[in-house]
Amino acid sequence: MSKKHGALRGSLLGLTALAGMVMLGQTAQAEELRLLTWGGYVPDDVVAEFEAETGIDVEVTLSNNEEMISKLRATGGGGFDLAQPSQDRIASAQLEHNIYKPIDLSKIDASLFIPSMLEATKANTTLDGEVYGVPQIWGTDGLVLNTAEASTVKDYIDLCSDEVAGKVSYRLRRPTLIAFAFSMGMDPFAAYNDEAAYQEILDKVEAKLIECKPNVKTYWEGSDSLLNLIRSGEVVAAMAWDAGGWTLNNDNPDMNFVAPSSGALGWVDTFAIPRKAENEEAAYKWINFVMKPEIAARITAASSYYTASNGASSLLDEAQRKQFETSFPQEALDNINWYPPVPAGLEAIEGKTLDRVKAAQSN
Amino acid sequence: MTTSTGKAGAMRVGALLLAMPLLLWLFLLVILPHVDLLLVSLRERISYGKYEFSLINYIEFFVEPLYWNTYVRTAVMSLMATVLTLMIGFPVSYYIAKVMRGKGKNVLFLLCLIPFWVSELVRTFGWMILLRESGVISNFLQWAGIADGPIEMLYNDATIMVGLVYTSMLFMVVPLVSVLDSLDDSLIEAGYDLGGNAFTVTRDIVIPHAMPGIASGCIVVFMLTLGNYLTPNLLGGKDSLWFTEQIYTQFITRFNWESGSAFGFLLLVLSSLIVWIGLKLSRQTLSETVS
Amino acid sequence: MADQFDLECRDVVKKFDAFTAVDSISIAIPKGSFFSILGPSGCGKTTLLRMLAGFQAPTSGDILINGSSVLGVPPNRRPVNMVFQHLALFPMMNVAENVAYGLKRRGVDRSTIEKKVNDTLARVGLPDSGPKQISQLSGGQKQRIAIARCLVLEPAVLLLDEPLGALDLKLREHMKVELKQLQNEIGTTFVYITHDQSEALVMSDQVAVMNAGRFEQVGAPQDLYYSPQTAFVAGFVGESNRWKGTVGKTQGDQIVINLPTGGSVVASRVVHPELSEGQTVDVFVRPEAIAIDGQGKTDNAIGAKVENVLFNGAASSVQVRDSATGHEMTVALPQTGAFANLKAGDTVNLTWAAEQTRCFAKSEKQGAAA
Ligand SMILES: Nc1ncnc2c1ncn2[C@@H]1O[C@H](COP(=O)(O)OP(=O)(O)OP(=O)(O)O)[C@@H](O)[C@H]1O
Ligand SMILES: [Mg+2]
Repeated sequence: MSKKHGALRGSLLGLTALAGMVMLGQTAQAEELRLLTWGGYVPDDVVAEFEAETGIDVEVTLSNNEEMISKLRATGGGGFDLAQPSQDRIASAQLEHNIYKPIDLSKIDASLFIPSMLEATKANTTLDGEVYGVPQIWGTDGLVLNTAEASTVKDYIDLCSDEVAGKVSYRLRRPTLIAFAFSMGMDPFAAYNDEAAYQEILDKVEAKLIECKPNVKTYWEGSDSLLNLIRSGEVVAAMAWDAGGWTLNNDNPDMNFVAPSSGALGWVDTFAIPRKAENEEAAYKWINFVMKPEIAARITAASSYYTASNGASSLLDEAQRKQFETSFPQEALDNINWYPPVPAGLEAIEGKTLDRVKAAQSN
Repeated sequence: MTTSTGKAGAMRVGALLLAMPLLLWLFLLVILPHVDLLLVSLRERISYGKYEFSLINYIEFFVEPLYWNTYVRTAVMSLMATVLTLMIGFPVSYYIAKVMRGKGKNVLFLLCLIPFWVSELVRTFGWMILLRESGVISNFLQWAGIADGPIEMLYNDATIMVGLVYTSMLFMVVPLVSVLDSLDDSLIEAGYDLGGNAFTVTRDIVIPHAMPGIASGCIVVFMLTLGNYLTPNLLGGKDSLWFTEQIYTQFITRFNWESGSAFGFLLLVLSSLIVWIGLKLSRQTLSETVS
Repeated sequence: MADQFDLECRDVVKKFDAFTAVDSISIAIPKGSFFSILGPSGCGKTTLLRMLAGFQAPTSGDILINGSSVLGVPPNRRPVNMVFQHLALFPMMNVAENVAYGLKRRGVDRSTIEKKVNDTLARVGLPDSGPKQISQLSGGQKQRIAIARCLVLEPAVLLLDEPLGALDLKLREHMKVELKQLQNEIGTTFVYITHDQSEALVMSDQVAVMNAGRFEQVGAPQDLYYSPQTAFVAGFVGESNRWKGTVGKTQGDQIVINLPTGGSVVASRVVHPELSEGQTVDVFVRPEAIAIDGQGKTDNAIGAKVENVLFNGAASSVQVRDSATGHEMTVALPQTGAFANLKAGDTVNLTWAAEQTRCFAKSEKQGAAA
């Protein structure tokens, strides 16, 4: 009998202790920043410095555009204090799922941003007069080549040529559809708001991608696995982000990022605040911290991603600047196709196209 | 009279209280999500945040050959993987249960466990390192002079099958070993003594005895395979088509919860249906198999 | 000569690594006889039987069935069948399917199978049990089905490995008689192994007493009981009072065996011409050879005190203690019911003839006592 009481008391004690811990956890949460971001955007030393400076713990979750939206949608905009979607994916997601809250521009030091980029991002993420995103990092989709073996590849469409048969990789995602459309001489962005015209473009791209499928080694998913495929020589030409090409170039001068002749696709990843963020203050502190030129330059040095921070580029070292200039001569820079905001509903149509490409048998 | 009913009532309340955690668990984690899934699958997006009841997601599934093909392909491949796992797992289990003695038996059993010391992701990457064009086997074959150039062994259905069977083996071997362990050796000997040979003894005595284990192993393997995402996706490459992949795509990259839910429900129906047919064919009952 | 014997073993040896489980056994079992192998647990009975059935190969020696060697012949090709210790009926089949199993394996046609199965079930006294499941049978019925399953194949030899071991006492007594009768009717050679001496004695034409892998003695039950050849047989078959002693003086046709406790026992020189003075011997006297307050031969006479009356109907006995030496003895009570009111504490005079005393010189090898 007494033993039973003991056990009961024990478990009650345990429960109280647990409850106490949960409460402690909650109070501790006030000093935490939960960040939903991309791989490479938050180097460890930057996190450490921020934590030392502010006393706020940073909890990083790595993700991509679609997952970010899905995660926030599932919780109605909860679970994170700061997210980093691409600028073209914010307005439609906000309209559809209401997962963000407007950015309080008064809490952001606008002088830290390259003015043209800040204005463009603000314009693309404005809904009912409220701004939902400010830029952090930008980059392009283009060609990552092993130039020793794929010198003939000048544009996306060349990925389907016989010279590189079986040694090609790209993602089966919407940027690929857009890239092929441009390289086939069409302008998908102009057709964004005309569903029929867009469908027509997609149909042509679909036919091309199915025809091209035997050329493809595999559709890549994570950039690490793609870089491995290129390093091992299994893939010699791929459609990928510029930063990946530069990372490879650091080890092997034959491998590099090349801006395709139809133009690289320019994207900007932003800061956006989830609707149920619990520590907004920390989010603003983080934004103003990582946009400081010296911090932003460090991020670029570590990851090869370019930054929207004003004045950071002058702090980069010579080699990195040269890498950038080789890949982007002035005319290539002018030729970049920047993503306009994606109208809602477009992704559903694109999804069907991608499904059909995936389902087509290549052999 | 009143006291006795009162007592019985109290007892019933007590039993109910005891069962409460189980009922709560069943309700919150099993029934509620499925009801929710069903409801979501039965609506159609009209415009921003506006939905209406509709069967469009199910109609879509049957009209679009892509989904339908993926569904059938997943079912057929899962069945094949289950049968293959059984065909490999049965002799292995028989060997462990009936031929090995003492220490060797435990060692062999542990060997079957080893793949599970690492996560599925790591395991699948292990296969990729072995089978890729610049991988271990390809290099070995070239070194041995069997192949002239690099050989790509990844990204085809046979590789998916190998990965699925490898991943499922333990779930087949464990129930089979335990059911075969319970088979009295003298039954097998009696079979031989009465004139049976290896084939007839296996068919008439070993398999009927092992049937509950075969059924439960097959159910688990089939469900796991049907619901597998990583293995078909990573090992299958550009031509992998797996229904769970389709569900993931609908939910995560298309933001289309409605058709994702419908697909999820259809997958549930498919697995229940096939398990039911399997049980009927093998004349087993679910309760027998589970216990 | 070969065709009188269904089964013959020639110097059969079975070794498990260094351990010898069966040690050069030679035996010829006549056609149609009920042959038992009796021995304590672990003496190698099952091992021998499994070699006959073909589940194990002898390390050396030869086994002949119907006159030809069966070495290398697998169990499913030998004309012998085995009833297993735990019967090994197939639970996944009903009774008729169990019995039909062997015939099916031989490819016998359906109608013949049905007829034979029915005949055999009738012969073991369970004519209507065909559709029953094995789990619906009683212990004794299972027993009979296990035998029917073998008999339907008309084997030259039926091997039975302690088939009554799992049954309760009453049923065992009953089945003993039934098995004996069955064997009589069908005339198949039975090789029956058991560690229960009463089973062996009641049923068998011939019994081999086995100990530590060897046959100690082979003979009719009466021979074993009344003329055991070794101390092991004397001790293992039937009840005995036993002493250890030293051979003393011979007086006429009587030999005195001196017990270490001080007393002595008298044996007959006629029965034991081989004993010489000074030998160490084991001495055995059957409980029923001893008379209480009797008038018969009084070569041996002891005063004793009753310690326990073990009433068991016709097999009642008393435990007594020798007043002189303190040695404990068991004495059978006459079936007439005399001494029915004997009780603990009574003193009695015990007498027996010198011929009833059996002595075995302690030999090189001392088998495990029963
Ligand atoms: N496969 C084997 N490997 C090693 N030793 C064995 C093996 N089979 C039997 N033995 C040994 O041989 C001896 C005889 O065994 P066996 O089974 O023949 O005894 P048994 O006379 O049938 O005993 P019981 O009456 O208990 O059934 C035992 O000591 C046993 O340990
Ligand atoms: Mg035995």
